[in-house]
Amino acid sequence: MNGRGNRPDNSARTRGPFAPWTDPDALPLVRFEAVSKHFAGVTAVDALTLDIYPGEFFALLGPSGCGKTTLLRMLAGFQTPDAGRVLLDGTDITDVAAHRRPVNMMFQSYALFPHLTVAGNVAFGLKQDGLPKDEIAARMAEMLRLLRLEGLETRKPHQLSGGQRQRVALARALVKHPRVLLLDEPLAALDKKLRGETQFELMRLKERLGLTFVIVTHDQEEAMTVANRIGVMNHGRLIQVATPSEIYEQPNSRWVADFIGDVNLIEGRIVKADAAGTTIASASVGTLRTAAVADARPGDAVAVALRPEKIRIARDMPVGDVNRVEGEVWEIGYLGDFSIYKVRLGDAFVINTAAANVTRLIERPVGIGDRVWLTWAADAGVVLTQ
Amino acid sequence: MTPATQPRAEARSWGQRLVILIPYLWLIAFFLVPFLIVFKISLSQYATAQPPYLPQLDITGGFETLREFVSELSFAGYARLVSDSLYLSSYGRSLAIALASTAMLLVLGFPIAYGMARAPRQWQGVLFMLIVLPFWTSFLIRVYAWMTILQRDGLLNQALLALGIVDTPPVWISTDIAIFIGIVYTYLPFMVLPIYATLERMDESLFEAAADLGCPRWKAFWLVTVPLALPGIIAGSLLCFIPIVGEFVIPDLLGGSGAMMIGQTLWLEFFGNRDWPAASAVAVVLLALLIVPLVLYQHVQARRLERGD
Ligand SMILES: Nc1ncnc2c1ncn2[C@@H]1O[C@H](COP(=O)(O)OP(=O)(O)O)[C@@H](O)[C@H]1O
Ligand SMILES: [Mg+2]
Repeated sequence: MNGRGNRPDNSARTRGPFAPWTDPDALPLVRFEAVSKHFAGVTAVDALTLDIYPGEFFALLGPSGCGKTTLLRMLAGFQTPDAGRVLLDGTDITDVAAHRRPVNMMFQSYALFPHLTVAGNVAFGLKQDGLPKDEIAARMAEMLRLLRLEGLETRKPHQLSGGQRQRVALARALVKHPRVLLLDEPLAALDKKLRGETQFELMRLKERLGLTFVIVTHDQEEAMTVANRIGVMNHGRLIQVATPSEIYEQPNSRWVADFIGDVNLIEGRIVKADAAGTTIASASVGTLRTAAVADARPGDAVAVALRPEKIRIARDMPVGDVNRVEGEVWEIGYLGDFSIYKVRLGDAFVINTAAANVTRLIERPVGIGDRVWLTWAADAGVVLTQ
Repeated sequence: MTPATQPRAEARSWGQRLVILIPYLWLIAFFLVPFLIVFKISLSQYATAQPPYLPQLDITGGFETLREFVSELSFAGYARLVSDSLYLSSYGRSLAIALASTAMLLVLGFPIAYGMARAPRQWQGVLFMLIVLPFWTSFLIRVYAWMTILQRDGLLNQALLALGIVDTPPVWISTDIAIFIGIVYTYLPFMVLPIYATLERMDESLFEAAADLGCPRWKAFWLVTVPLALPGIIAGSLLCFIPIVGEFVIPDLLGGSGAMMIGQTLWLEFFGNRDWPAASAVAVVLLALLIVPLVLYQHVQARRLERGD
């Protein structure tokens, strides 16, 4: 599953040079300034600092219970930080009540008002703003059309399918044109196919309405698909904030490498580290050379992260004596477009490799029990010091 | 999914039919039959006999006696209900007291239910018990207790005098205020519990959603809490209103000897005047009056079941 689904889909984000986080003059739309939140002995968010820029689709990704929802709720105004500040457009909103914040949230449970119709739900927020009736009607009609909810105006939430409810919840939040739209696991209740379609729909909506989205998810595939940047969280802290491809290709720690997609973590010690690259000696696969520049000195214990799809599998012995290892095919997982080969080196160490099934299954040249050689390019490995 | 696991209507076993039949038999034996007897008595004439009305129904006498029986039935009892202002004013007073005390119960009961539902989880059981606890003492004893509290030198006046709130002890007992105090005290759980039941399962995220959409808390109360609690409010109100209309013990023990509620009038006809037909007519009309809110209640409940929430 993991090995093939996590490959970053570059088409979604090579749209142009949208990278305000690299511009030192860009002003963030949202700024968390050393915010902390504790619950009865649990530290949900731990002195976390984060900038989110206008027009971004930002994903908070992390295992369940790492504090993603708490962080989002502090931005929505449902929770007050114990320490630190939350800023919107440079203004401190830490103590502003939820109903006065120009942000809107799509709840994980959707939280649709069961006594109101679809129209009543979508118009609810506009009515609170005291907008004139015809403007409410016009904006509601536009939003219902955008989310393909026309004809359902008079239905109650219990008369809708799960996907329709999800779209009503989205319409209800979007119709207010929030400065930031917050989405807490918005697609968790949908089936896989609908989830995939909705991810792309979210991206289209964000572009079309020119809004800023912050999504919370524990599904890395989802974060990879929709986000401009991902903040990987654990135990209330941000471990890495970067674009999906950076997170995947250049994880900053063993934890991130392991959390995002499938990875082979090869422990070893630095032999040589300079501007040209790094040489690592490992007990399991011998000498590794990578082009990556590591912030480490000879003798330091490091790990080399190797993605399965970056490892080539072959029967014949390759040339050279680094970045190669011989093993025995132990298990093969057929995934349709890809196959995962688990290759045993010596007694215990297993390396996962993935190869596209470009030839048909019956012609697959490598079988269980075969002796094979694994090789990888010098730019494939990432040296992790943490 | 197999057809065998889905019993069709005609394939119901005798056991299943019996189970469905039992509540109907119960209702027929203990509600429909007594009502028909009361209805029949209401169409009879007062008589100094044993039982004190005529005609008697003798089903062994054949068709001729049955026709004679039917011809002797009359609506005279019902005509009296309209012509004698005593009855109309009793009905009016009962409905007015029931309406007013239901309103008081709602005003008092809703905040209590709301407070219970919003209390920390571990307290809710205790609060629930406190509301239900008075039921463990006999109703009559509790009303007698109120008599001693409300009497001239009772606890209430002693307290008011001691606190210097009044100089001369006011009269509580035998007033309408005493009736309202007794009714509100007695029926409070019937108002609180249904409202609590609807408030307690309300999803907290709905209020967050309301706030998120720009709705301050007090406004969300009217736009979200009250509409969603409406089934509980209606159930509680009817659960109080219906029995209060027919209330006898509280007005009799706490109220004055002047104007009567319909329950007192009924009691007087039955035990004082021994006029069973008149008493029965009063009871039948009372039932007819209460049918309207009862059907309303059923309708609301059925709609909720249909919606599946
Ligand atoms: N209202 C709360 N009361 C007590 N503990 C809470 C509350 N909200 C969250 N927590 C705790 O804080 C931690 C982070 O929770 P949350 O932000 O919901 O994580 P996530 O959304 O990443 O799964 C968890 O350990 C959770 O149990
Ligand atoms: Mg969460």
